[in-house]
Formats: sequence, structure tokens, C-alpha cells
Amino acid sequence: MAEKRTPQLDELEKGQWPSFVTEIKKAAVKNEASKELLHLLERSYEEKRGHWKHGGIVGVKGYGGGVIGRYSDLPEDYPNLAAFHTVRVNSPSGWFYNTKSLRTICDIWEKRGSGLMNFHGATGDAILLGTTTDQLQPIFDELSEEGFDLGGSGSDLRSPSCCVGPGRCEHACYDTLEACYNITNQYQDELHRPMWPYKFKFKFSGCANDCTASIARSDCAVIGTWRDSIIIDQEAVKAYVAEGLNIQAVVCDRCPTNALKFNAETQELSVIAEECTRCMHCINRMPKAITPGKERGATILLGGKSTIVQSAFMGWVIVPFMKMEAEDDFQEFKDLVERIWEWWDENGKTRERIGETIYRLGMTNFLTSVGLPAVPQMVYRPRANPYVFWPEDEIKK
Amino acid sequence: MAILDQGPLNYKEQLPPIIHENYGKWRYHENPKPGVLKHVSESGAELYSVRVGSPRLVSLDFIREICNLADEYCGGYLRFTARHNVEFLVSDAAKVEPLIAALGERGLPVGGTGASISNIVHTQGWVHCHTPATDASGVVKAVMDDLYEYFVSSKLPAQLKISLACCLNMCGAAHCSDIAIVGVHRTPPRIDHEKIRKGTEIPSLVASCPTGAIRPNPKEKSVVVNDAKCMYCGNCYTMSPGMEIIDPDNDGVAILVGGKVANARTNPMFSRMVIPFLPNNPPRWPEVTDAVRNIVETYAANAHKGEKMGEWIERIGWERFFTLTGIEFNAKLIDDFIFSRETFRTSAAFKY
Ligand code: SF4
Ligand code: SF4
Repeated sequence: MAEKRTPQLDELEKGQWPSFVTEIKKAAVKNEASKELLHLLERSYEEKRGHWKHGGIVGVKGYGGGVIGRYSDLPEDYPNLAAFHTVRVNSPSGWFYNTKSLRTICDIWEKRGSGLMNFHGATGDAILLGTTTDQLQPIFDELSEEGFDLGGSGSDLRSPSCCVGPGRCEHACYDTLEACYNITNQYQDELHRPMWPYKFKFKFSGCANDCTASIARSDCAVIGTWRDSIIIDQEAVKAYVAEGLNIQAVVCDRCPTNALKFNAETQELSVIAEECTRCMHCINRMPKAITPGKERGATILLGGKSTIVQSAFMGWVIVPFMKMEAEDDFQEFKDLVERIWEWWDENGKTRERIGETIYRLGMTNFLTSVGLPAVPQMVYRPRANPYVFWPEDEIKK
Repeated sequence: MAILDQGPLNYKEQLPPIIHENYGKWRYHENPKPGVLKHVSESGAELYSVRVGSPRLVSLDFIREICNLADEYCGGYLRFTARHNVEFLVSDAAKVEPLIAALGERGLPVGGTGASISNIVHTQGWVHCHTPATDASGVVKAVMDDLYEYFVSSKLPAQLKISLACCLNMCGAAHCSDIAIVGVHRTPPRIDHEKIRKGTEIPSLVASCPTGAIRPNPKEKSVVVNDAKCMYCGNCYTMSPGMEIIDPDNDGVAILVGGKVANARTNPMFSRMVIPFLPNNPPRWPEVTDAVRNIVETYAANAHKGEKMGEWIERIGWERFFTLTGIEFNAKLIDDFIFSRETFRTSAAFKY
């Protein structure tokens, strides 16, 4: 293909932030498709529109998901982009890698793909960006030979992801890395072979700081918490005072429930444990002096999703506290999600996220069907209208 | 033959020795300087994490280069963050500064910790998606170049998260970010009956419309769109190639602000629309970078220390936000979808 100029994209090689254009150009040196991608993108910048055709169903043997098919709408002009598919590779928990693993992916991708990647996609997969249909099976064969597997796509369990958890965080209330790994392995079938009304995402955060944004970005958010009291180390509190921290203003006055009392005279900090909502503010401000309690587990929230169709939902509480123990293989959690999936599979309409299904059919219906007790922690406040449904068996005949 | 269902790599084999030894035993952490975290364990072991900005869309050479650095300074281990940054895990304190120098030589920015603007969570855009109303990588590059100083410092009142989604599907985190940049269309889909007849499931297509603007058209074995009910979300195009919606002259970008996901102090919040439309103006999107900078600077100048964007706005009131930023309020910002009523002001308490 004739050399073409890319004046608009060249502009994006300037400036201090690392440039994706520089990255595409690096790949373009070794790969024709990447070179054409640069020119196609320049054309998109001129015309202010994308040039990818709608959809495209491709995959690998044995799986129904993991590959996103993509075709350029200008195959005559950009023959090497006629097919430019994406492969999703399930990443290790917490996105920890040794360099050997990363180099292995690079070697396979150099041989069989464009050389461009996303580290990572928003759901957490390592994204191999751009290859042809005939390369898909060999790529998967070679990846799997090296111990990798594909991630999810379509109406299936998408690749779960988790925060750094006990790997490197003093706040972690359960082992997010192990939970993510264990549960991903348990539900390989659900992940690789789409069979549901729509997609379903898990995200595991170790505490209410929610570093994976699970409450907004997963259908089922597992957020670490504790059931007893925060633990306060009074010596460390005094050290913060000595450092000049204004505990009253910065910590106590910002506690959402007024649960913290600071005695300026004795320099002691105390908490009314039953008033604390475990929001993490005081712990974030004074990590050396305050830690989560001892009786740890997680809150399970359901329904988080983005805009389409009914508006964005944040996940809401369905289980205020559940133990998340690797020793018992996360059994209680797995039992619950299997009941939830069964109900959703039965009741969900095509392309209806579980949050929308519950919204349509009602929490009462959902809770009864999956066998969860209604508790006040599930709502901000009770209903204001009196339009209550009564089941017939609760009415005198 | 591929091995099926073996799942992801076992994370245990991807952790550096210092993490194995101190797993679940971390005591506290500090942020000695922008981009550097120091975690101290019960045993007294110290782990330094050096956080580095990445364009997310990278080449093999980039990955190999960071691998070389990880081999030299970190015993061959690194990780990525939920915001697409790279973190070098350094167990030898003496190697922190040499690593930072080596990163500097390669033009890789160290930052994104504390009260900074970290990386922008973003999507595929014109590089690889079929439904975008704007580009992702280009807008992100333009905004991060403009706000670079806030990545490498932590001088804001609190951490400020920016996200970008190239269409209303809002892949990523746009609905829950301090500032969100979202690609939007402004014209209804153009129906291609031929394409719809070829393999579109009509009931699913009809059901895909949030406002019920699509009806079956049995005569054509296709559909009709009530343009007056269409708000150009593009979900019908996701369902069917016969519903083309991309329109270079009218596609562009909306800005939302004030979302958060952490529970600290206040509950998680959705981002709210404050600018309904800015034009696509590649390669630098000046209208977008100006608007984002104005919001960042107004927030930085007015919010209390420790206050997130959404907390600041809820405290001063949205009417004040529009006064302080000079952003024009108009009717397009008033919700008229199904959950709208709760966003109306059912109180006589407000500021002039
Ligand atoms: S969610 Fe909590 S445990 Fe996980 S990384 Fe964030 S602060 Fe740490
Ligand atoms: S965790 Fe939050 S609610 Fe609980 S005492 Fe601390 S600041 Fe208050």
C-alpha cells in the first residue's frame, strides 16, 4: 500500500502523556494491518466517523464467546483490515503478572496478530486487538498450551475481576484474589458458553472504597466489610495528633453518622460501633491508627449496570453480610448465585440485565424466589405509596 | 488442540516473593511522593509501588519494554491497576529512584496517586468499535496532555476520576465518575429495510428502544421509527445493522460530572449531565479539553480539602455549580426519562 501521511494523528504524538499513536506506529513497523489501522484512523479523524462494520460472529471451537468479530467497511482500501478481530484473554486476579507470562502473550501475538493490545479492557481482560479469522484457533491453541484461557463475551458470565486485596492492601476484608480465581474457575462453562438472557458480571472489592467500582460496574458486587467494631490504636492516634492532624475536623466531623468522638484532652478516639456504617473514611484518613474489625466478610449487592435500556443502576444490597472463606470454597456465595441465575434464566427477557428483571418483577418476587429474607438494610427508606401486593395465602378466605 | 476451561493463570504464580511473604499481613501504607506508594507489613517488610501512566492501547514493544524494566528493578514482577496504569512492585528501596529515572528517560509519567487525576478509563472509539459517536484514544490523549500536571502531582482537594465512553452504552465507568465524557448522537437512525429483512429479529429490535420509538412495519417486514420519540441512543443499531445512526456532522460529546463509587462519607453517586453537546473536533478536541479544564479548576479552587466533586456540588447546590463554572444551564439538562421526578426540586430551599 502506498505511503500516506497522517497529519492529524501525528499531532497526537506531541504532548507529555504517552501517545497511543506512537504505539500504533511501533506496531505498524512490523505489521501491515497495524499500518493500515493508522491510515484508517486518520481517515476517521478527517471524516469524523468510525469505519467498522456492524457486528460479526467468529470464535474458537468449543466456546461461544471470547472473540469479538470486527470487519472494516472499506475492505478494498484497507485489505488487511477486512477482518480485524479482538481476542479477550482472561487476566490473572488483580492483574498481577510475572514478565515471563507477559512475554509469552507478546510472542504469540507478534506471530499471529497485529501487535496491538489493550492492557486492559474495562471488564479486566487482556485485549489482543486485531487478527484474521484463520488465526483465531491457532492463537487459542497456543495460548492454552501456555496456560492461558479466553475471557467472556456475549450473553454469558463475563470475566470477573477484583481489587489488589490482601496482595497489597491493609483494608482488605476477604481474599479478593482467591475469590475471583476460585469463582472464575468454578463457572468456566457459564463464562465460555453463553446461555443466559444477557451478560452477567462479578466484581470483587476488598472494602467499601470499592477500587474495582463493583457497585456501578457489575451485576453482582462483592464488597468486603466487617460486622463488629473498627479497631482503634490509641498510641497511633496520639502519633497523628503529634504530626498535626486535626482529628476533630478531618475525621470526626466528616463521619457520616457522627459515630466518632475525639477527646482533645486525653487525645483518645472512640467509636459507637452500632452507629458506624463502615464507610471507610476514618480508616482512609488514619490507616496507621484505625483498622477494620475482626469479624470480616462481604456485603452482596445486585443490579449494577450502565445506561441501556432503563437508565444506569447502582447495585443494591441483597445480603448485608456473608462470610467469604476460601476454606469452605466460598460455598454459601456460590449457592446463592446459582439460585439467582436460575431465577433470572427463567424470568429474564432477552437482553435484560438482572437489575432490570428484578425492577420489572419486583424485589418481593425476587427475594421469595431465591429464598432471601427481606431486611431493612436493603432500602434507604420504606415505600411512600400504599400500593402493596398481598399474596392470596396471606388473606382470609 | 486447545485445552478448554482451564481458567486464567493462577495469580499465585504471578506474585512477587515479598507479596507471598506478607500476603494479608499489610499494616499500613504511605504515599511518600506522587506516583509512589509504600506498603509496610506486620513483619516490617516494605513494598514500594511505582505507578506509571499508560495509553492503554499499546504495542508489543511497550509491554516488552516494561517487562525489561520489571526484570531489572522488580525481580520480574509488575501489575496493572483498575485504571489501566502500570505498577512496578519494588521490594528494594534503593531501586525506587533509579527506576523512576529510567521511566523518565522513556517518557513514562509517574503519578496517579492521592489527590491527583489518574488515568482516564476509556473505550474503543474509532480504533475498533462499530457504534461510537466519538473517538476514545484521541480525546483521552488530548485531555491528559492538557491536565498532565494533575497526574504527576496531588494538589487537588481529592482524587478526581475521569472516564470516557464513546457511545451511550457507556462501557467502563462514565456513569459513576467525577467527570465523564460521553459520545452522543443527535439524529435518529436511518432505516435500511433490506438489511433489516436480512436476519434482524423484529421483536427484539422493537424491545431494544428505551422510549418505545420503534414499531413493527409488517408491510415492509421491517420497522418504523417515530422520530419525535427517538433520543438517538443507538441501541437499535446495536441490535440491527439496518439502523445506521452515525452522523459525522451531528455526533459529538456530552459532559457529566459528580459521580463516585466509594462509600467514604457519602453514598455512591451517578454522574449528572452538565453539558449536553460539544462538537467532535479532532485531533485535539479543544472544546472538550477547555470544558474539562474549567470544571477541574473551578472545583480545585472551591472545594474543601478531602471533598470529592459530587460532594462539593451537593454541598453548594447544583445552581451554584452552574454559577461558579459559568456553564449555561438549559432545558436539555432537565431529566425527562422514567426516573426523572426524583431529580426535580421538591423544596423551596435554593440559592439565587
Ligand atoms: S477496595 Fe479496599 S481492599 Fe480493595 S484495594 Fe481498594 S481499598 Fe484496598
Ligand atoms: S468507618 Fe465511616 S461511619 Fe464508621 S466511624 Fe469511620 S467515618 Fe464513621
